[in-house]
Amino acid sequence: MIAELGHFSLALAFALALLQAGISLWGAAKRDVTLMSVAGPMALAGFGFVAFAFFCLVAVYVQSDFSVASVYANSHSAQPLLYKVTGVWGNHEGSMLLWVLVLAIFSALVALFSGNLPMRLRANVLGVEGAIAAVFLLFILTTSNPFLRLDPPPVEGRELNPILQDIGLAIHPPLLYLGYVGFSISFAFAIAALIEGRIDAAWARWVRPWALVAWIFLTLGIAMGSYWAYYELGWGGYWFWDPVENASLMPWLAGTALLHSAVVMEKRDALKIWTVLLAILTFSLSLLGTFLVRSGVLTSVHTFANDPARGVFILAILTLFVGGSFTLFAWRATELKPGGLFAPISREGALVLNNLFLSAAAATVLTGTLYPLALEAITGAKISVGAPFFNRTAGPLFLCLLILMPAGPLLAWKRGDLAGVAQRLVVAAAISFAVAALSLWLVQGGPLLAAIGLFIALYAIAGALVEFADRTALFREPLAASLSRVVGLPRSAFGTTLAHLGIGLALLGIVAEAGWSEERIVALKAGDQVSIGQFDLQFKGVIPRQGPNWRDLVGRFEVRKGGVVVATMEPAKRTYLANGQSTTEAGIETFGFGQLYASLGDPTADGAVSARIYWKPLVTLIWLGGVVMAIGGACSISDRRLRIGAPQPARRSTLPAPAE
Amino acid sequence: MRRFIFASIAALSLVSAAFAVEPDEVLPDPALEARARALSKTLRCMVCQNQSIDDSNAPLARDLRLLLRERIKAGESDDQVRDFLVSRYGEFVLLEPRLNEHTFILWALPALGLVIGGIALLLALRRGKGTAANPLSAEEKRRLQRLLEGSDVKKM
Repeated sequence: MIAELGHFSLALAFALALLQAGISLWGAAKRDVTLMSVAGPMALAGFGFVAFAFFCLVAVYVQSDFSVASVYANSHSAQPLLYKVTGVWGNHEGSMLLWVLVLAIFSALVALFSGNLPMRLRANVLGVEGAIAAVFLLFILTTSNPFLRLDPPPVEGRELNPILQDIGLAIHPPLLYLGYVGFSISFAFAIAALIEGRIDAAWARWVRPWALVAWIFLTLGIAMGSYWAYYELGWGGYWFWDPVENASLMPWLAGTALLHSAVVMEKRDALKIWTVLLAILTFSLSLLGTFLVRSGVLTSVHTFANDPARGVFILAILTLFVGGSFTLFAWRATELKPGGLFAPISREGALVLNNLFLSAAAATVLTGTLYPLALEAITGAKISVGAPFFNRTAGPLFLCLLILMPAGPLLAWKRGDLAGVAQRLVVAAAISFAVAALSLWLVQGGPLLAAIGLFIALYAIAGALVEFADRTALFREPLAASLSRVVGLPRSAFGTTLAHLGIGLALLGIVAEAGWSEERIVALKAGDQVSIGQFDLQFKGVIPRQGPNWRDLVGRFEVRKGGVVVATMEPAKRTYLANGQSTTEAGIETFGFGQLYASLGDPTADGAVSARIYWKPLVTLIWLGGVVMAIGGACSISDRRLRIGAPQPARRSTLPAPAE
Repeated sequence: MRRFIFASIAALSLVSAAFAVEPDEVLPDPALEARARALSKTLRCMVCQNQSIDDSNAPLARDLRLLLRERIKAGESDDQVRDFLVSRYGEFVLLEPRLNEHTFILWALPALGLVIGGIALLLALRRGKGTAANPLSAEEKRRLQRLLEGSDVKKM
């Protein structure tokens, strides 16, 4: 019964979304106030129906109702409650429903907080959101119904994939979807601007906080996913340049470019057309990501939706939205009047350069990801494009970007003084260079590339701090004056500093992990010693342990530093009882920013057990950097002039300006 | 949404779980072993999805790891080992595709993207120089004013 209610609710949500799209867009075109005013309530009602459907799906999962096919395939009665709930989106059907739920949440938020938006813009935005929701709901209802029943109902379920039985599944997909789908709002605003043929700084002011929200979630989602892979997969890697990972990196790159170009548009009324294009591109890349992951086009075991019907449907969605929006862009973009002028050496110029590098990086990742598919389709030749390719091509682009980054915020708007900026950065550069050179000398025979990377990372960090010191006149004025400047600084300024600091920290972590990690691959018997970094590990042997739905073989290590026991690590090999699959549970101990990482292999013939032990200095900075970036984004959003729902004169009852 | 797809596959390959690079594979000479590790990071495990033979625990990956260590011990250069593997498994085995008529565009694109983008930018800048900024209409100014009211815009 619950499943049927959910199904019915989804169907209603589809009908409602269709109406929301049709009525809002038609009303906006006809400037009919009554029709346009329907958009908001419909978006809220649509959210209600989707949320109810999602709730129903959660309910059948929690009840372990195995007569529902999706529950049978992805749950088990002995599974802990948390994984019964997260199992809802640990599969194709449920994750698509989550996608639509997030979309409905964003639509409802726009409806709630857009009271002061010009009515036509609002109606068009909600209309586009409705259209996206309608198409995805149709996709779910026709090809991926999560409420499908089984007859006769099985007694027991097949259990959620063991690797997914982790807190990571509770956090990572929702964060990632909040990011992906969040960019649908800037997309909807872009389409609305193109339909109306007008765009102004107020538009950018509206788009930027929404893009920022999406960007924050996507940043956290990617960082979280990376850490999950790091601790779950058992070989200490955190980024594999896998197509599915690239699928989330591309919208992040385009979205980062969008945030920066929206700043220029808001402050200086320039780069309008480019900002609109980026908004379209970013969401298109989000859709492409969904397509890549869902359609099975990667011809890989990786993609678990190998149903061609779904693939074709998603390709149709992609063609509709991407093709449609680009056609609209080509047709209407000339209507948008170009604005503010600036000299090449200026804050605007720096942000344009940032956009150039970010776009080139996104294009590189896109090409690398799709090239093997295209080549095989056209010539039949099979090649691989993997991590070494991306490191060699996208890597330098990122490094260039980071070298340029500190200069940007120091340049003045309109016309900047490059010599003055260089003067302010020279100390940062000198210190970074000295430290990097010192590291090369200390780690004799260490890789030169690591020293270069270290220089760039430190320079980016120091540059962000110099910019902050510059704003607050630190060292130039008495401390008290500087402090009062800190208080008076707009929060978006903190946002810039933190975000730039975060990316520098992440690079520092990446460089340290790549350049100065230590690794031991050993076969151990109880009592054996391994030393790594400054630590001595003693292997205490293997003991069994029983969990609710798994059995562990735990290896115990006693960790000593300078003769003193500082930790015990218990990496394990876990076997899930329902299906006999096994996973590695790494043992991880954090010391400062570094981590000691141990994972257990199989017993060898002579009674020993194989183990991999790593010392990874500064590795946590990779993810902490991401968190710092997200905090920077949050700071920027809390800035008064961007705060969503900040008091504004009411416009609800007034007609939109007819002059166009 | 991507990580767990990825993870789920890794889980499948872990069923008969061994581990990538077993202790008994490691070469006694650290220099040769380092070369072997670096090389194996650039070679694809062909039965896995986008994993190098260094990361993979598939039996085929182990065979390849042992094979390339044999060849390195026998004194072959990295390129010789790569050539041998390509002759046996095709270009597909290389995670970093070699430059040839098939991969020319792939390798050229990042640089090309920068150059084309840069030229487009220069052209846009040059074009922008001549034209005056379009002033806002009176109505637009009023609307902007209304939107700006109540929030403090600091010049940054």
